[in-house]
Amino acid sequence: MTDTILDVRNIEVVYNNTVQVLRGLSLSVPRGQVVALLGSNGAGKSTTLKAVSNLLELEDGAVTSGAITFDGTPIAGLKPHALVRRGLFHVMEGRRIFEDLTVEENLTAATFALSGRGVAPTKFDTVYEYFPRLFERRTGRAGYLSGGEQQMLAIGRALIAQPKLILLDEPSLGLSPKLVEEIFTIIARINRERGVSMLLVEQNAAVAMAVAHTGYILETGKVVIDGPVEKLMRDEDVREFYLGVAGEGSEKSYRDVKHYKRRKRWLS
Amino acid sequence: MDFDWLFFTEVTLAALGNSALLALTGLAFVLIYKATRVVNLAIGEMLMIGAYLFFSFTAGMGLPPWGAVILSIIGGALLGAAIERSVIRPMLGEAAISVFMVTIGVGSVLIGLTELIWGAEPTALPDFMGKTPIFIGDAYVSRKVVIGFSVAAAVIALFLLAFRFWRGGVALRATASDQAAAYSCGINVPAVFSLAWMFAGAAAAGGGILVGAVGGIAPTMGVFGLSALVVVIVGGLDSIVGVLIGGILVGLLEAWCGTYLGGEYKMLATFSLLMLVLLVRPYGLFGTVEIERL
Ligand SMILES: Nc1ncnc2c1ncn2[C@@H]1O[C@H](COP(=O)(O)OP(=O)(O)OP(=O)(O)O)[C@@H](O)[C@H]1O
Ligand SMILES: [Mg+2]
Repeated sequence: MTDTILDVRNIEVVYNNTVQVLRGLSLSVPRGQVVALLGSNGAGKSTTLKAVSNLLELEDGAVTSGAITFDGTPIAGLKPHALVRRGLFHVMEGRRIFEDLTVEENLTAATFALSGRGVAPTKFDTVYEYFPRLFERRTGRAGYLSGGEQQMLAIGRALIAQPKLILLDEPSLGLSPKLVEEIFTIIARINRERGVSMLLVEQNAAVAMAVAHTGYILETGKVVIDGPVEKLMRDEDVREFYLGVAGEGSEKSYRDVKHYKRRKRWLS
Repeated sequence: MDFDWLFFTEVTLAALGNSALLALTGLAFVLIYKATRVVNLAIGEMLMIGAYLFFSFTAGMGLPPWGAVILSIIGGALLGAAIERSVIRPMLGEAAISVFMVTIGVGSVLIGLTELIWGAEPTALPDFMGKTPIFIGDAYVSRKVVIGFSVAAAVIALFLLAFRFWRGGVALRATASDQAAAYSCGINVPAVFSLAWMFAGAAAAGGGILVGAVGGIAPTMGVFGLSALVVVIVGGLDSIVGVLIGGILVGLLEAWCGTYLGGEYKMLATFSLLMLVLLVRPYGLFGTVEIERL
């Protein structure tokens, strides 16, 4: 057993044999930790997660070089469902709940993640303890849930699967600040109480940094800055571009130049 | 002249027998469409193979009817799995129209094989249902129709229960709703595809035995699949409720027009209904709107 649950080494990803999206991206998730993956729209965050869960092949994307290792095993050639059954669960962007199934049936669908693992089935109560609101709506159609409740259901499905690693793609998408806080509190609790490692993709850098231990910042397909969250929070670039806090004490004109230079460095 | 209500009732009851068979065949079609998004034009030929298998097991090998029924249904399921594995799965990701054309090809191959193995002449299935007529009130109904209706209705009910309460049914509906999400929940999506084709093949084979028992068997009996296709288009390609209601509508319409206007009006009436429904509701009565156009 290593203490790295996920290791991504120098991967390149190409869609449709033509569009290159990731250019030599590396990152690793230590066991038991929450790692944040931040970056602007189109940087390749979702693509990174799909490469890790092997869902890329459904979208005609392929990892053309580099290697991905989950829990000591290379994932190349494993079918997405087989990876899930080894304990890697991908909560996709946009929630992707089964709308015409009930809440309970959505959870039942996730029980297939336990096939062949020889573990006791997860009680749905485990999910309802974290998300009491789902219990009230358990026999209703999932399509009728509010956006926040749908996100809870998407995370609930992950809980059913008893994963070692959860890939979370923008859980804050389209939610009110209050709900974002609520959901992230629960995400932190799940990590703490169940020891599940997480790779968390977010636009909302502030809230992601609040729960993560380490962070990576992605620009056009590669990592530009990484490190422990405390270090990132002190980094002037990160503060300015991702946390929306302006640097202090410097003259404006000088700052504009520096800003430009930094921006250039990031984009090159 | 007074309207003969008794005769009308008898025609209608007989029609409902046909309706149930149309609905069963349509269900097989919808099952495949929902799970795999394949418009399977070979469903009528899969039904025909079921009838011929039954013919071989009974008339050829002298097995008792119940044994022959079970074996034919298993045979139908295997045929469904074989078609999925050998020609449909390699086409995964190809344009819908190409897959559609391939199923037409599969249909032709099945007809050719049938003519090679069993010959082109129409035959009757050995009688295994008995002939004593059944009366509902004063109305006479043929025994075959009653049995056909009851069995088809029971099988449809069984399917509906399985979709709702069996865990595999949940996997099937989840896959139908969002393939990538189904994968992400640990569902073996390719296995679900096989399963859908197996169930459809089994249902079609069962339907074939019933259709053959009523009307005899011939390599051309796959045209029954064409009526079933009208049923699913009227009901909505992906709707199980639609298939049931479409089956009843088309069955009744065919029988009433055939009886009161003459046999040549049957197709006219059915396809008029089809066009009317499509004009008002392009996705069928109960279909989902986002369905991709062929
Ligand atoms: N299936 C696909 N085919 C072709 N190009 C794609 C595909 N999916 C994504 N891309 C392209 O890859 C790039 C990265 O997309 P990705 O979805 O990974 O970004 P992201 O960082 O998740 O962005 P966002 O924050 O907006 O979700 C984008 O330029 C996008 O247009
Ligand atoms: Mg994204």
